[in-house]
Amino acid sequence: MSDAEEDDLDLRELDDDELVEQIQDDLYDGLKDEVVEGVEILLERGWKPYDIMTKALVGGMDIVGKDFGDGILFVPEVLLSANAMKAAMDVLRPLLAETGAERIGTMVIGTVKGDIHDIGKNIVAMMMEGAGFDVINLGINVDADQFITAVKEHKPDILGMSALLTTTMPYMKTVIEALAEEGLRDDVVVLVGGAPLNADFGKAIGADAYCKDAAEAVQTAKAFMQRRHNRRASA
Amino acid sequence: MTNEPAPRKRRRRHAGPSALREQRRAAARHRAHAPGTGKALAKQAGSSKALEKGAKSGRSLIIACGALARDILFLIRQHRDHIDLHCLPAEWHNTPQRIPEGVRARIRQAKEEGYARIFVAYGDCGTGGALDAVLGEEGGISRLPGPHCYAFYTGVENFMRHLERDARSYFLTDYLVRHFDSLIVKGLKLDTHPELIETCFGNYDTLVHLAQDDDPALERKAQEAARFLNLAYERRYVGHGDLATAIERFAGETSSKAEE
Repeated sequence: MSDAEEDDLDLRELDDDELVEQIQDDLYDGLKDEVVEGVEILLERGWKPYDIMTKALVGGMDIVGKDFGDGILFVPEVLLSANAMKAAMDVLRPLLAETGAERIGTMVIGTVKGDIHDIGKNIVAMMMEGAGFDVINLGINVDADQFITAVKEHKPDILGMSALLTTTMPYMKTVIEALAEEGLRDDVVVLVGGAPLNADFGKAIGADAYCKDAAEAVQTAKAFMQRRHNRRASA
Repeated sequence: MTNEPAPRKRRRRHAGPSALREQRRAAARHRAHAPGTGKALAKQAGSSKALEKGAKSGRSLIIACGALARDILFLIRQHRDHIDLHCLPAEWHNTPQRIPEGVRARIRQAKEEGYARIFVAYGDCGTGGALDAVLGEEGGISRLPGPHCYAFYTGVENFMRHLERDARSYFLTDYLVRHFDSLIVKGLKLDTHPELIETCFGNYDTLVHLAQDDDPALERKAQEAARFLNLAYERRYVGHGDLATAIERFAGETSSKAEE
């Protein structure tokens, strides 16, 4: 970029709408320090942590996700954006707990046994957190016993499983069968995702839905929560 | 002098916050129509640039990932009289969603050119069955066995047997060692953003070099790659594994067809 196209900017000189737009833009560009600075300024101005998270951060990551899906952004750019969002969430997380922001559900998520790939899974976890879910991230190489134990302990609404390898994705079926054996299958909505998966595979193994990316995971989870809420209201 | 810190200054694009997005969209449109991509191949297949219909009548074609070019050329060296090789961009390794339609476009072009037999030298390569669906739709064209090149170079059966042992292994073939800087370091922006090394490779413990050749220079390069990624190093000489078996079988079959 040439000097003619850029100048110096003090984020504090921006009004709120401009600052939110600038945070989204910095998130898109993976500028971690600038995103955190923008978030801190909004906090100083009295913004609620929940509003910063949903309007500035999640809104920005939605654009990143869409452009990734459209082949405009690639893995490194998404990772830089995700790292920037993570840094901002580290600032907001304690404040969210402190202010008792509304949580809409709980999710347990992990990469299945034999698989150590967690980039996509971690982005899903972060976006679900941004959408108002409490997220228990079990990490990588998670076996059926660990999933079952976590479901019993945390009683999540959503169980998310991720796999990047064609060789490990069948293990998701093992976990779903284990849930059924323990009588827990109907207690949780099972969402699956990962590069080699598709909707047919999700259906074949008995998952409730396959989600192609983090944005779809959030939408799907919210839709299931709404249905559950409606069922309870009409019961 | 004041005790108040000076406001932090930062760069901002004059053209507005969405300028970079627009630049990237334009670049994506350009990429979609660049030579060697699915859309460009499809266009070429129906244009005057494509070979005349039937120009390759009776010959056989291997459509391959560019990462296999060197090895396949070696394997078909005795069969060049009736087998051609066309390679698609090796960088699709990083964007496997582009593989199925890119392969389909090249298959259709090959059919127009009159190729009698076609073989696709790809594994599933992270397409999640989408490549197999395309190959089925295009008339049941065969591909290399297994999920990816690490498996068929090692030998699929052998590779699958050791999945658990290798769960934390990051594999590089000779090609990937040779092009480590462009495909991995620059491809993942590890040179400008070294913090991504931990994000991308933090869960691996060993870089396993699946060697096709005995090449000390390449071995040194693989060791450097392991150091760069903060991983232990292991070399396994695997040769061409199931790639050789599959290509030699195709060459043999097409050779007898050509003689008929």
